[in-house]
Amino acid sequence: MSDPVLRLRGITKSFGPVEVLKGVDFEAHAGEVTALVGDNGAGKSTLVKCIGGTYSIDGGEYLFEGKPVTVRGPRDASALGIEIVYQDLALCDNLDIVQNMFLGREKLNSRSRTLDEAEMEHQAGSALASLSVRTVKSVRQKVSSLSGGQRQTVAIAKTVLWNSKVVILDEPTAALGVAQTAQVLDLVRRLADQGMAVILISHNMLDVLKVSDRVAALYLGGMAAQVKTSEVNQTQIVELITAGRSGSLGLNPEGAAA
Amino acid sequence: MSADTNAVTRDAVAEHEAANPAANVTALIPQTLGGTFRSYVRGVRSGETGSVPAVVGALVLMVIFGVAQGNFLSSSNIVAIVQQSAPTTIMAMGLVFVLLLGEIDLSAGVVGSTAAAFGAVLSVKHGMPWYVAILGSAVFGGVVGLFLGWLRAKLNIPSFVVTLSAFIAFQGVQILVINSKSNGVQVSDQTLHDLYFGRISPAAGWILLFAALALYVLVKVVQNAARRRKGLAVVPVTVLGLRALAIAVFGGGFVYLMNIDQSVAWQQREGIHQWGVPWSSVIILGLLVVLGFTLTKTRYGRHVFAVGGNEEAARRAGIRVLSIRTSVFVLCSALAALSGLILAGQLGGVSTGDGAGNTLLLAVAAAVIGGTSLMGGRGRIVDAILGGVVLAILQNGISDLLQGNNASAYELIIEGAVLLLAAAVDSVSRRTRR
Repeated sequence: MSDPVLRLRGITKSFGPVEVLKGVDFEAHAGEVTALVGDNGAGKSTLVKCIGGTYSIDGGEYLFEGKPVTVRGPRDASALGIEIVYQDLALCDNLDIVQNMFLGREKLNSRSRTLDEAEMEHQAGSALASLSVRTVKSVRQKVSSLSGGQRQTVAIAKTVLWNSKVVILDEPTAALGVAQTAQVLDLVRRLADQGMAVILISHNMLDVLKVSDRVAALYLGGMAAQVKTSEVNQTQIVELITAGRSGSLGLNPEGAAA
Repeated sequence: MSADTNAVTRDAVAEHEAANPAANVTALIPQTLGGTFRSYVRGVRSGETGSVPAVVGALVLMVIFGVAQGNFLSSSNIVAIVQQSAPTTIMAMGLVFVLLLGEIDLSAGVVGSTAAAFGAVLSVKHGMPWYVAILGSAVFGGVVGLFLGWLRAKLNIPSFVVTLSAFIAFQGVQILVINSKSNGVQVSDQTLHDLYFGRISPAAGWILLFAALALYVLVKVVQNAARRRKGLAVVPVTVLGLRALAIAVFGGGFVYLMNIDQSVAWQQREGIHQWGVPWSSVIILGLLVVLGFTLTKTRYGRHVFAVGGNEEAARRAGIRVLSIRTSVFVLCSALAALSGLILAGQLGGVSTGDGAGNTLLLAVAAAVIGGTSLMGGRGRIVDAILGGVVLAILQNGISDLLQGNNASAYELIIEGAVLLLAAAVDSVSRRTRR
């Protein structure tokens, strides 16, 4: 088994007197989809924001590719190669797919310093093709004309462009229909197959079982268990989410608050 | 069971991929003339109305006024319309930037004329040459815009309030700048007059048209070549050729009309000609190229669209929203200053109260009639020109058509109704757009 790209050890985070993360261990491996599950308030969002640099961590170790790093802001995280695809996709409706994928990182012609539209369109097309995206007719479509699934596709494909190492997807299928959910899950799988460490936040157990290699279950600010998806079933995951333990897995009853 | 599900999905994906490797997605560009036309019609019907309302409006108005008054379509009246459209058009060009962010600058008219008064004072009272007057005026506008933009972007005061305050306050500043009992400052510098009245020689008009056409073709050819190198879909040559032809025909017609000699009998005896493309049109063409380039070909322009489309997305993409927001007010006020100077050229100086009234709202109307959205995120520089021409046609035609005591009352009512109509078209097209 390879070393994890991202490893967190004993991460703590408090907001005033409220301790949201109580020493969380978490790891994400390259080429794998790690599902991050947990009930509302378990600390999923906080953990993700700590990884992405939106929040600074109070204590614990943040290791990236085996080396301890300090992430002070979102820019530090993207410099490392960590991308977060938020639920509200952060796309501009009035711009087309290419323009959105390169937003803030536009390619310029070396001589004239003008936008290199041809190069950007070419790269955007390649990124979509590498993910076997067939649902998009033209990369020059305005985002306003895209369906929810297509928008999600664009947001995810953006991470391929930037050679991200860790991609965090926050509830990518929450607002989608059945067919589009399947498409997006395919996409998630392909991201991992390209060698990225994908972290998938989801409430949908079917999605989790279908696409993930590992499941990390948060329970009341602690990591209940991080296990291979193939070794658990849906009932066990649900128990981990709701009770923090399931049979031999999970937190000890007396150590639940540790 | 779960392992099975997993394996099945992966196998299915692999199989699917092997069966049909995805082609590189590129832009969907229709490759025939018919296809280009159909996709354009489809775009218009789905709310991408673009220039259609403005062009249709201009044609309808020209037919109505042309039928109603014999001399409306005379060459001298057309030149007058072109000249009259200039101040509104240039102010509207600046407003396009502000409107793209979904903001409004209600002060542009007054600030523009105040800046022009500042330039006029430099020229008349301090004897500065014309270029110092223009530069001083533009800097005055830019500084005011910087202040307004800072109030909006940094202090987060709604632009409506910031610029309405400036609209009132700068009417006072204007009086102070003019500082005269005669309620105005007269411009004597010939160049400043020529900003409005000046004409270039007929030959220069043709050369300029040829240069513009050559530039257009060159840019398109280079763009197509770059796309072909990358294996991307290109615009077919026939479509490009037709577009160039349209520009040539329209531009040629324009230059021809402008070049008709309007000199009267005594001028002809003296060898004086009244002909040529107006300076103001040359200035507008220059601004169209420079500002259009800025908006569509530079990183800055792209970021203006992004902030107007989704501010949060722009911020997350690392765009400095604050500076973008401030900059559009600087641009708008600086262009308003230029607009004010051209207006001063027309009126022979700046009087207190110039630029107040409906100057600003007409410029907003021009941008919106041309197709720029009031809600942000959509707009082009050429919109300002189209809308400016439509309004100039309307004003020119109406003022001759309506006679009697209440003529100016009806004129105001009609102008207001047109602005409302343009905003309605914007709202409706926004709703139908998917």
